[in-house]
Amino acid sequence: MTEGAIYFLQLVISGIAVGSLYALVALGFVLIYKATDIMNFAHGEAMMVGAFVCYALVVAGIPFLWAVLMTTVIAMFFGLATERLILRPMIGEPQFAVVMVTIGLSIFLRSVSGIIFGHDNKIFPSQLSEQTLVLKGLVLSYTHLWAMLISGLMVILFFLFFRFSRVGLAMRGVANDQDTAMLMGISVKRVFALTWGLSFAIAAVAGIFLANVMVLNIAICLVAIKAFPAVILGGLESIPGAIVGGLVIGVLETLVGGYLDQTMPGVKDLTAFVVLFLVLMIRPYGLFGKKEIERV
Amino acid sequence: MLKVNNIQVVYNNVIMVLKGISLEVADGQVVALLGANAAGKTTTLKTICGILRFQNGELSEGDIEFKGRSIATHDPDAIVRMGICLVPEGRRVFSDLNVVENLWIGAHTRRDRDGAKQDLDMVMEYFPNLRRRYKQQAVLLSGGEQQMLAIGRALMSRPKLLMLDEPSLGLAPMLVKEIFDILRRINSEQKTSILLVEQNALVALKFAQYGYIMEGGKMVLDGPSESLLENDDVKEFYLGVSDDQERKSYAGVKHYKRRKRWLS
Repeated sequence: MTEGAIYFLQLVISGIAVGSLYALVALGFVLIYKATDIMNFAHGEAMMVGAFVCYALVVAGIPFLWAVLMTTVIAMFFGLATERLILRPMIGEPQFAVVMVTIGLSIFLRSVSGIIFGHDNKIFPSQLSEQTLVLKGLVLSYTHLWAMLISGLMVILFFLFFRFSRVGLAMRGVANDQDTAMLMGISVKRVFALTWGLSFAIAAVAGIFLANVMVLNIAICLVAIKAFPAVILGGLESIPGAIVGGLVIGVLETLVGGYLDQTMPGVKDLTAFVVLFLVLMIRPYGLFGKKEIERV
Repeated sequence: MLKVNNIQVVYNNVIMVLKGISLEVADGQVVALLGANAAGKTTTLKTICGILRFQNGELSEGDIEFKGRSIATHDPDAIVRMGICLVPEGRRVFSDLNVVENLWIGAHTRRDRDGAKQDLDMVMEYFPNLRRRYKQQAVLLSGGEQQMLAIGRALMSRPKLLMLDEPSLGLAPMLVKEIFDILRRINSEQKTSILLVEQNALVALKFAQYGYIMEGGKMVLDGPSESLLENDDVKEFYLGVSDDQERKSYAGVKHYKRRKRWLS
């Protein structure tokens, strides 16, 4: 392989690694939107909280993988509590009010995390981040490898859950037609709570690995803003769309970073939003979304 | 089995839709609830299955009893568990899900997976069309097949009382006949009581043993189907036949009002 080709492949592979994390973030976001029709603007903060909790556990001396598992469970309960305490009282309120509540929650979480964990950058002290894997000239860090593996695993788990489990089926039913789901004896309240729990758990996992790939600080919640173009690209309501969208954004961003960042510094962080802009102009319902556009 | 006692329903705290409705369904009985548009038939069904309060409605007076217990304050899932299931108006199948998944959602409240599997076979036996379309997305089914799917989905919860909201809506007469034949079989073979809301009064009264007629949120007439079929007013306003040879002009609204003796 020529040096150019290797460089290109290298960028694509790192892009897929980062993109798979974007996909996880987008997946959690879509889950809530699809089932409950709420845009959760505190999703990035849920991710950040997950990363911080895992960091605290690892610093306290718990092995990394155990810490990840514990964080997932904690995040799940955190999601359930958020739904019960903050969103359930908002049932029946205008959508705008609910969105404002999630924005309020995001600011609250960011500030509290700042108070507890501080605003400085932290390096995640995991065993993974040091080593690299070299394969025919391509370099891949174990962190990236793990990120891809875990995201892939979670996507498969969720696919199986939605396809074959009774609760997963009920969740799809609620997302499809809430009133009829109620008529079939599905407790919509319980499904909503579970959706928040699952979404926060996924967010936490994504947050932990993002913190490993990048540095850990409050600003990590801004990644959720990048997951947003991924969600739009995939079509707001589509779970496969969220995954494809996340991967596409990840790869594009890395490619742009690799080829253009020297001549135009900072253009990398712009990529996702250029995509967002183009999608909204050309195909506002995204790749896999429904064509009905809600008019406000 | 089901006893509805003088219920009043108010929407948005202002609009009174049901002004004291009472009806009764006995074990294994088929009861038809008839009436023109906006008479409150659908609201009655929604009140019974408990989803009214999620649609800005409120049961302000009266009580609903099922098997001797009041269910007026129960959540919809509790009511399904007790054995009441509604086939909603306009079929409302889960369009993103395939046929089998739609049926399995119907069995959501059940714990006995084996029993549910048997019932799945039973539904497929009642509606062979569904077996052929097993893995197809529900949105691709024809109107008649969607109606069959909606009925099959309700059967999966093994209801003791099956409520149907206008199952004949938008279907060809042949299909309507087919669906009612199957409902008749379900009623006699599974001993399922049926409460049927229909616009198609002739079909409904031929199917049911007892009928209620609603108008403007009130019960105006009830009786065994045979006597309702013989009733002159029912004949003229719901069945569209009359003994008079001359053609009736419905432009004369006064005439229409005068003939509805039961209202005054």
